[in-house]
Amino acid sequence: MLSQLKKPNDPCLLVGIETADDAGVYKINETTALIQTLDFFTPIVDDPYMFGQIAAANSLSDVYAMGGKPITAMNIVAFPMGCLPPEVLRDILMGGQDKVIEAGAVILGGHSIDDKEPKYGLSVTGTVHPDKILTNAGAKLGDVLILTKGIGTGVLSTAARAEMFPEGVAASIESMATLNRRAAEVATQYTIHSCTDITGFGLLGHAYEMAAGSGVAMKIKASTIPLLPEAAEAATIGLVPAGAYANREYLTTVCIDSSVPVAIQDLCFDPQTSGGLLLSVPYGEAEALLRALQQGGTPQARMIGEVIEGERGEIYVY
Amino acid sequence: MSTKIDARGLACPGPVIAIKKALEEMDTGVVTILLDNKIAKENVIKFSTAHGCGVSITEQGGDFLLTVCKGASISDEPVRADEVATSNTVYVFTQDTLGQGSRELGAVLIKGFLYTLLETRPRPKTLLFMNAGVLLTIQDSPVMDHLNKLAQEGVEILSCGTCLDYFVVKDKLAIGEITNMYTIVEKMTMATKVITL
Repeated sequence: MLSQLKKPNDPCLLVGIETADDAGVYKINETTALIQTLDFFTPIVDDPYMFGQIAAANSLSDVYAMGGKPITAMNIVAFPMGCLPPEVLRDILMGGQDKVIEAGAVILGGHSIDDKEPKYGLSVTGTVHPDKILTNAGAKLGDVLILTKGIGTGVLSTAARAEMFPEGVAASIESMATLNRRAAEVATQYTIHSCTDITGFGLLGHAYEMAAGSGVAMKIKASTIPLLPEAAEAATIGLVPAGAYANREYLTTVCIDSSVPVAIQDLCFDPQTSGGLLLSVPYGEAEALLRALQQGGTPQARMIGEVIEGERGEIYVY
Repeated sequence: MSTKIDARGLACPGPVIAIKKALEEMDTGVVTILLDNKIAKENVIKFSTAHGCGVSITEQGGDFLLTVCKGASISDEPVRADEVATSNTVYVFTQDTLGQGSRELGAVLIKGFLYTLLETRPRPKTLLFMNAGVLLTIQDSPVMDHLNKLAQEGVEILSCGTCLDYFVVKDKLAIGEITNMYTIVEKMTMATKVITL
């Protein structure tokens, strides 16, 4: 459907919608390009402050995924005025603001509309050197794949609604509210061929985007994928959101070995909120980058697979 | 014990919450749950099998009717097979001999079979007697000694009432209890293994 829109013909447009990347990038001058992105969604946790934190972290993440630094943000708000107390909105906005401050950026303002269902997120502007943009389209044969956060936020959000697995739910909330800032700062000190953040299409959906965009295939070892606490237990007992099934149906170039437990398969398709970065790194630098990430504030980072010979976009999970 | 749930229209994870509650409220039993979408069906199947319950599925005009059978209490850890003295195995005796081809041989075999069952661990849970099988649970049955010993060890012995009536031997029942088709089907469905002779 997006292909029916006119394609821009501007030489300053460095990254547009053609490769389904995390953000748009526009060159300002020889040393600066602007990154523009936005994201918003309905509440996924009960606490309004944490909702604000998570939504903001999620929106900011796309700037980090492009190798950039956020500088400004604007609030996008939908709220049922008159139905929910104004303190709820205040707490959401405080959560968002605190997260933007943590990211070293500034909130300039925003816009709100009356809506029966609350929604919150940010429109974010960041900067990056035009020669250092990280796209989801540069992975090379022989690269190692590193994931910086555990997966399972979709399953654990479902567990939260079932009032089960409180420890896993708490760990998931903390993970969703964690910026990808540290991970990006460490990673950009190394050679990164490709980078994307893991969100609504799940680990395999975003791995597919990277593989297809780069013209490569990938293999992922299921037992090495970092999982959030209790995510596997929750998936085993059927706390699997509809989005995981939808992602699985959509991703036809993914092949999963039958030895991979169904719960782990479900987690691979589980839609993530504010997930970690998926990095495609030259083999020779992978060990050093992994150590640096684990010691530098991203202890859950793991090597999960490799870029291999194969059909464009094929992902083999074993 | 059996419970029926209509979980159509419940938003995720409503169906899983519903089956969880129903299974927690029974020691053993059958829950039938009606669902209106594939995702709810998949998730309820996952929950049930993760807790050691058997599941059968019937499609009903776009909806899914799941029959979930719980044979033991839900526990956090699976029970190790060698820790169980009695397994939920049901033996169904449909005649008063064992096998076909010779009645004389069959009479010898059924005695031998029940004698061997006495020596076997783990114990079966239930012996069901139907059709001519009820002739084994009445007075003067050639296998009464073996059945008595099994009963003393806690094995449940049930004879079909309709069958006892048919053979006009109801007042000659000498061991165990009279049962009906509902219980027979329930016992067979809830069992982890059913052996029919």
